[in-house]
Amino acid sequence: MSDLLTAAPPRAEAAPSPPSAHPRRRWRTTLVGWSFILPNFLGFAVLTLAPVITAFALSFMDWDAFSTPEWTGLKNFQRLLRDESTKVALKNTVYYALGHVPLTMLAALGLALLLNRRIGGVGFFRAAAFFPYITSMVAVAIVWNMLFHPEFGPVNQLLHVIGVTDAPGWTTTTAWAMPAVIVTSVWRDMGYYMVLYLAGLQAIPQEYYEAAKVDGANAWQRFRAVTLPGLRPVTFLVLILLTVQSFKVFDLIVVMTDGGPGRATLVLSQQIYRIGIVEGEFGYASAISLVLFLLVLILTVAQFWFNNRRERR
Amino acid sequence: MTTTTAPRPARGPLGSAGRIIVYAVLIAAAAAILLPFAWMISASLKRNNEVFTIPVQWIPKDFQWRNFADIWDQIPLATYLRNTLFLSTVITFLQVLTGSFAAYGFAKMRFRGRDTLFLAYIATIAVPWQAYMIPQYIMMQKAGLTDTFLSLILLQAFGAFGVFLMRQYYLTIPDELCEAARVDGLSEYGIWARIMLPLSKPALASLALLTFVNTWNDYMGPFIYLTSNDLWTIQLGLRSFVGQFDADYAMMMTGSVLSVLPILVIFLLGQRYFIQGIATSGMKG
Repeated sequence: MSDLLTAAPPRAEAAPSPPSAHPRRRWRTTLVGWSFILPNFLGFAVLTLAPVITAFALSFMDWDAFSTPEWTGLKNFQRLLRDESTKVALKNTVYYALGHVPLTMLAALGLALLLNRRIGGVGFFRAAAFFPYITSMVAVAIVWNMLFHPEFGPVNQLLHVIGVTDAPGWTTTTAWAMPAVIVTSVWRDMGYYMVLYLAGLQAIPQEYYEAAKVDGANAWQRFRAVTLPGLRPVTFLVLILLTVQSFKVFDLIVVMTDGGPGRATLVLSQQIYRIGIVEGEFGYASAISLVLFLLVLILTVAQFWFNNRRERR
Repeated sequence: MTTTTAPRPARGPLGSAGRIIVYAVLIAAAAAILLPFAWMISASLKRNNEVFTIPVQWIPKDFQWRNFADIWDQIPLATYLRNTLFLSTVITFLQVLTGSFAAYGFAKMRFRGRDTLFLAYIATIAVPWQAYMIPQYIMMQKAGLTDTFLSLILLQAFGAFGVFLMRQYYLTIPDELCEAARVDGLSEYGIWARIMLPLSKPALASLALLTFVNTWNDYMGPFIYLTSNDLWTIQLGLRSFVGQFDADYAMMMTGSVLSVLPILVIFLLGQRYFIQGIATSGMKG
């Protein structure tokens, strides 16, 4: 198998097959290279790449489980504009993102600042903060549903102790179901982003802090002048990941509230699932998917643009 | 890449008063974060009618260890666990194998078409799964694979995540090493198997652990594809348990504890690799 390569004379290049190489050898390197990538790429191309492309085409078609696909142009999107429950789902998704993104970011940064020190037992505390992230969403949803129990749940008992007389009904009421879901998701996700922030904090050179100290900066000034600017790249990454993640929210909502009560926590990906898979309206569901994708894309590009502009200043 | 396990203090040495304050804050934060788990364990060991009390009773009056025996008769938990273990193991194995194999091609070889292929991976990473789950579903339906393990294995074993994570790691391994091996007459496959794999053990461990835990915890995939009860994973089983016995709080928590326990064990064994995997990749599926 390797006779050709074995026979090849030693070369100084970092990788085989420079443009000047013998055509047959180059052909062979290409084959070997493709053979490495193909096992994964075949699965990826058939099961991810092709569906991504199909999804675009489908959103301009009328197709359900019982009919043949038919090109209908923008009809699906016109329907979308009139579809009350999809609009509610969009609104709820934005609501969720507006709560989930900043709160998770703050909690993660707070934890990272707190845990970025060399003291005994810090490993345990980090592990404790991270563990919710790898706990199953189902178990998380069940436990928090019980914690948020309006009458007997510990959350409302605590609120009662500190003097709140009319504690909210959380997942049983339309007004408080989304806040309950957001609290739960912040609790679950903050450990993941804390790890990213910790890596970011440790990448800030210690000398900067010392220099700031020599200049007489107090802790708050050091935080403002050294820590925050140093964390910019991480913050940017966290912001993008969190935004994409919150627009995709599904598991937590399905298990915790199933979109309810009423449509109070119905989100876009749930709507796609209901219309596309439960009701079998492939075309229309794909149109909603496309809107979801474009939203995520626009937000990501906007964040990139904003970040670049700030960096140049 | 700096590791998260060896932190540098952000501030100078603390006085003993400062140290006490820091510990107080840490303990309070940890208690708040771990509270849901305390509730889970506590409720799993109670009689059902003792779960909700005012005030909350964190330590059960008498421990109902039999909950952990009874639950196996109430739902086919053994089947669920076996299914989940099977799916997680197969998917993890395939993801690690094909991912590290492809990553070698992307990171350590130069050939025609490589960058185009890589672009295809990058292009899809920003697309949320929800955006293409419909065509995927239609495809699986046409192939007659819905309600089989094969559908989930195919869908989850070839993700871009493994390729990215492993490529990232391989890029940190000096090219000279591969070059020397080539001079010594090792084939590309030999370099992958005998040099790269042993050198990338930490990254392999990270990828394996993250994939395993993600698959174990996955709800949406099994929820969409698996309809027969005997194919269900632990997450589906747990969810349906809530639907069926919606007032049996103690048992729900017993089931939750049993579903989280394997993850806890894996986490305690491989904590370092989880953290490193996340810190180096900074992304997920």
